[in-house]
Amino acid sequence: MTTSKGLLIDISKCVGCRECARACAEANNLPQEEATELSATHYTVVQSYFDDQTFVRRMCMHCNEPTCVSACLVGAFRKTETGAVLYDESKCIGCRYCMQACPFEVPRYEWSKLSPRIQKCKMCYERVAAGGKTACAEACQFGATTFGDRDELIKEARKRIDENPGTYVNHIYGLTEAGGTSVLFISNVPFEKLGFPMNLPNEPIPQLSWRVLSQIPKYSVAAGVVLFGIHWITARRTEVARFEAEQRNLAQRN
Amino acid sequence: MKLFRLLKLTFWKSLAIIFIALGVVAAVERYSMGLGATTHLVDTFPWGIWIGFDILVGVGLAAGGFTIAATVYIFNIERFRPILRPTVLTAFLGYLLVMAGLMVDLGRPWAIWHAMVMWNPHSVMFEVAWCVMLYSTVLALEFSPVVFERFNLQRPLKIVHAITIPLVVLGVVLSTLHQSSLGSLFLIIPGRMHPLWYSNIIPFLFFISCVAAGLSMTIFESFLSSRAFGREVELPLLTELGRVLVVVLALLFTVRIQDLMSRDALQYVFQSTYQSYMFIGEITIGIIIPFFLLLSKRIRTSQKGLFYSAALVMLGFVANRMNTAITSMERWGQRTYIPSWQELFITIALATTGFIAFYFIAKHFPVFTAQHERGTIHAREHEVMEELRLVSK
Repeated sequence: MTTSKGLLIDISKCVGCRECARACAEANNLPQEEATELSATHYTVVQSYFDDQTFVRRMCMHCNEPTCVSACLVGAFRKTETGAVLYDESKCIGCRYCMQACPFEVPRYEWSKLSPRIQKCKMCYERVAAGGKTACAEACQFGATTFGDRDELIKEARKRIDENPGTYVNHIYGLTEAGGTSVLFISNVPFEKLGFPMNLPNEPIPQLSWRVLSQIPKYSVAAGVVLFGIHWITARRTEVARFEAEQRNLAQRN
Repeated sequence: MKLFRLLKLTFWKSLAIIFIALGVVAAVERYSMGLGATTHLVDTFPWGIWIGFDILVGVGLAAGGFTIAATVYIFNIERFRPILRPTVLTAFLGYLLVMAGLMVDLGRPWAIWHAMVMWNPHSVMFEVAWCVMLYSTVLALEFSPVVFERFNLQRPLKIVHAITIPLVVLGVVLSTLHQSSLGSLFLIIPGRMHPLWYSNIIPFLFFISCVAAGLSMTIFESFLSSRAFGREVELPLLTELGRVLVVVLALLFTVRIQDLMSRDALQYVFQSTYQSYMFIGEITIGIIIPFFLLLSKRIRTSQKGLFYSAALVMLGFVANRMNTAITSMERWGQRTYIPSWQELFITIALATTGFIAFYFIAKHFPVFTAQHERGTIHAREHEVMEELRLVSK
């Protein structure tokens, strides 16, 4: 139970039956209602493109180095050994920086509650930790959502792309995006036409802030020393000026 | 004339009462009905004017606090001492209001203490939170002599005086960090923001612009309080600040344009989009016009000229922070955000509270006293400088 798990979503195979969303709602005790956008009560949705020609599942990507984990000031998020990124409401103070920071715009808020929580896909942490599959993968009858070890899924994705020339776009979305994600997509339609963010760096996004944050201790100490130094010099200068003024006064008096 | 003054005061008073009353109603609704029912915040737009204005602008306008403190204590430029206390008071009140704003904006405000015990040093928000806590404490201590003097508490006064320099150094370092870290918050969302505002040097841009805003706030606040208390304005000092402003604005303009050029983003300025107009407006009102105004000696040395130039810089600063937090995120058509009346009036009520608190404290505590801190080393230095001036004549 140490290999990181993941999901492979094959957009070419999805028929839009939404069984994954129903299974997800059931597994997480959420209301059974159809939706097209993620929300606090919809951890996954199936979106339709080109007049029901293509269907795309949306959900948490479970990044290898999640932006939310690094962004949360109280450490309410963590990347678990199964690959799932989990949120701990007992730590959360509700600043919503995770919502702002997530490159996939996944975390959703319980806006209507007085004690609101962040809600998102948990990649069925308990089920997976107990050796099972995610509810969505179990429900999918068409092989559009496959659960497994992330390494195996990458091989499988590669195989499908290579063995069906002309069918797939030659790109595994999530292999390197934002430093790689546990959820991977392959598609017969270019990803940019399906609302996937295409301008993400291939390095983990937390690096963007860490590059600055990691400089702070040494900068602060240096700045402190310089400031004390300036004060020392200017104070001394004032003192000398005073002394000279006194001398001049004395000289005048004599 | 007297009657006219009284009436005027009454008008402002009643306006303040209305603002605060509406703010209280809005706050009651926010806490009893939740964020969803009382704000126009949604999943795709989780931060609104409470972050954009109350926090980003509030902290920025408090920047006069560390600039003037550094001028007086670190650079020993004693002649700025008369405006030190009001500026520190402004900064301290600014930070208190920022905290009040946070308590409204946070979804789980009762858990705010978690920031002290649950650490994630990889989070910019962690840095922001600690800067708020520590710098507010420093500001409280920097302002405390005023309170101690008022109640004639000699012992604590002595203690605070003894640690003044380390305190100011700490304050300068912390507020530099805080101002820039508010910019760093946005480093992590390259994909979401419009390229006119997203920059990898945004922490640096936030810092330069806060210095301009802080100095303008100092000028602005000096004029307002001179009117409110019938004091004479420290015009020569403020003119000097105006001159510093010219330099800071020029630097800010240069760095911003250079940054756009280096990112190949200058093209967006001329695209005739909503964002490009907002950008041009922000730069023109907040940087270009006040720069040329203050460049003129006649305007720089006139009360009105200084006052309006400072007001323009502040307006441009507000526009910059709001654009960063709101306009730049409205990239895609489906995301327009207009604050709800509750969001608006909580913000207005907080600002009003700030004005009233300043007025009350300045009236009843020794904030505007030219002779304060007599008997301390600084007052002696002041005397020396006076003496020097006499001698050199």
